[in-house]
Formats: sequence, C-alpha cells, structure tokens
Amino acid sequence: MGEVNSFIQAVPLEYFIILSSLLFCLGVLGVLIRKNAIIILGCVELMLNSVNLLLAAFSSYKGDGNGQILVFFIMVVAAAEVAVGLAIIAMMYRNTKSVDISIFNKLRG
Amino acid sequence: MEQVIFFSVAAIALASAVYFVIARNPLYAILALIVTFFSIAAMYILLNAQFLGIVQIIVYAGAIMVLFLYILMMLNLNRADESKKQNLTKFIGVFAACILFIGLLGAYKGLGTGTYGIGVDSSIGLTKNLGRLLFNEYVLPFELASILILAGIVGAVLIGKKDL
Repeated sequence: MGEVNSFIQAVPLEYFIILSSLLFCLGVLGVLIRKNAIIILGCVELMLNSVNLLLAAFSSYKGDGNGQILVFFIMVVAAAEVAVGLAIIAMMYRNTKSVDISIFNKLRG
Repeated sequence: MEQVIFFSVAAIALASAVYFVIARNPLYAILALIVTFFSIAAMYILLNAQFLGIVQIIVYAGAIMVLFLYILMMLNLNRADESKKQNLTKFIGVFAACILFIGLLGAYKGLGTGTYGIGVDSSIGLTKNLGRLLFNEYVLPFELASILILAGIVGAVLIGKKDL
C-alpha cells in the first residue's frame, strides 16, 4: 500500500490542534464583535472549516478514512446552510435596506 | 523542511483570518476569507487528504465564496459604513474569545497523541479509497445528503422570492 507520509512524521498533531483552535476562536471573535450579517455568516463558515481541518488531521494521523467522510458530509451541510442563510440575509435587506444586525432586535422582549 | 511549509501555510491562514475579522470593508473581508480557505485546502493536501483538498477548493473557495461575493455586490454593500460598536462590547468579545482559547488549551493538556502518526497508511485520503468507503458504508447518509440539498434549494427559493 501507499508509503508513509513524511509530513505526518515531521509535524506533530498538536500543531494542528493549536491551529484549529486559533481559527475557531477567531470565528467566535468575529461573531461577537462584528455587526454585518454577511460577515457573521462568514465567521460561522470559518468555525466550520477549523473543525473540518481538525477532523481531517486526526483522520490522517490515525490512518482511518471515516473522519474524512464526516468532513465531506459537513461540507454538504455547510453548502445548504449558506444557501438558506444568504437568502435570509437578502430578504432582510429587502425589508430594511440594511444588513446591520443591531436594527434586527425587534424580537427583543 | 516540512515544519517550515506548515508554519508558512498556517501563518497565511491565521493572518488572513485576522484580517477577515477586523476589516472594515466587507468585500476585502470576504476576499481574505477566500485566502484562508485556500490555505486550509493546502493543509488538506499536506495531510495527504487530496480529495478533501480538491473539494475544499471547488465547494468552499469556489461555490460558497462566490455566493457570498455575489450577495455582497447584489446588495451593494461594498462600502465601509458599519456602525461603530462600543469599545466595551469589543473588549468583552476579545476577552471572551481569549478565555475560550485558554479553556480549549486546558482541555488538550491531558491528551495523549504520542502514538498517532507512526507508520500510518498515507493512501486513505485518495478519491479511490474514500469513494469505496462512501459507497459501501455510507450510502444511506449520502442519499439523505442529496435530500438535504434539495430541501436547501427549495427553502432558499421560498425565502428569497418576493411574493409567494
């Protein structure tokens, strides 16, 4: 079967864990401090991607293909989510001429 | 050598992600996110997950980000008029994200990954092997994913249409 990957031998798995955590925290930070609804949706995509990277890293380091199948299904769900989310944002813009989330607080009690 | 490649790609990914979060202009922010997704695709290829790398480029950097840019330009938001958020809110956001990162690091502390990556078969990420796995063990989720995509299309049209 295939030869052993020298990249996996040289780079420890902890580096991927740290990188994924940093990307995930950047996504959380973006959701917390930004007000543009499109940017917030992009931050959710960033978080999904960091989780995908971690799953693929564990899958490769373990030599098990099931994790990469899960990444594939996460990508499918993310594509559907983005289509619906951007449709919602377009509808919000049509009603209010803005995508600033600070004016969408009408549901507040 | 491999570590140099890893750190370069990781630096590109992190720098463009930081720029994506702090950029005032939404168009530049989305373009920086595309750079992040390309570097994540490079990570997949370095990990010998070639199928995922290609799917990442086609689906994320291609389809999804083009959808983002299309909506951004259709709504004519290509200007930096984001109302200023108070500094206190921003500070609390940064503080919360840092606390989350430290908490995650603490959770990894007892993780034993010493035996990972030693003598693994590096051909599992090839399209042939993943396809065999996908169509043997995961046929039902694959079909359900197509139904999910169909529901997504119908939902997007239903929400996006003006009078229905």
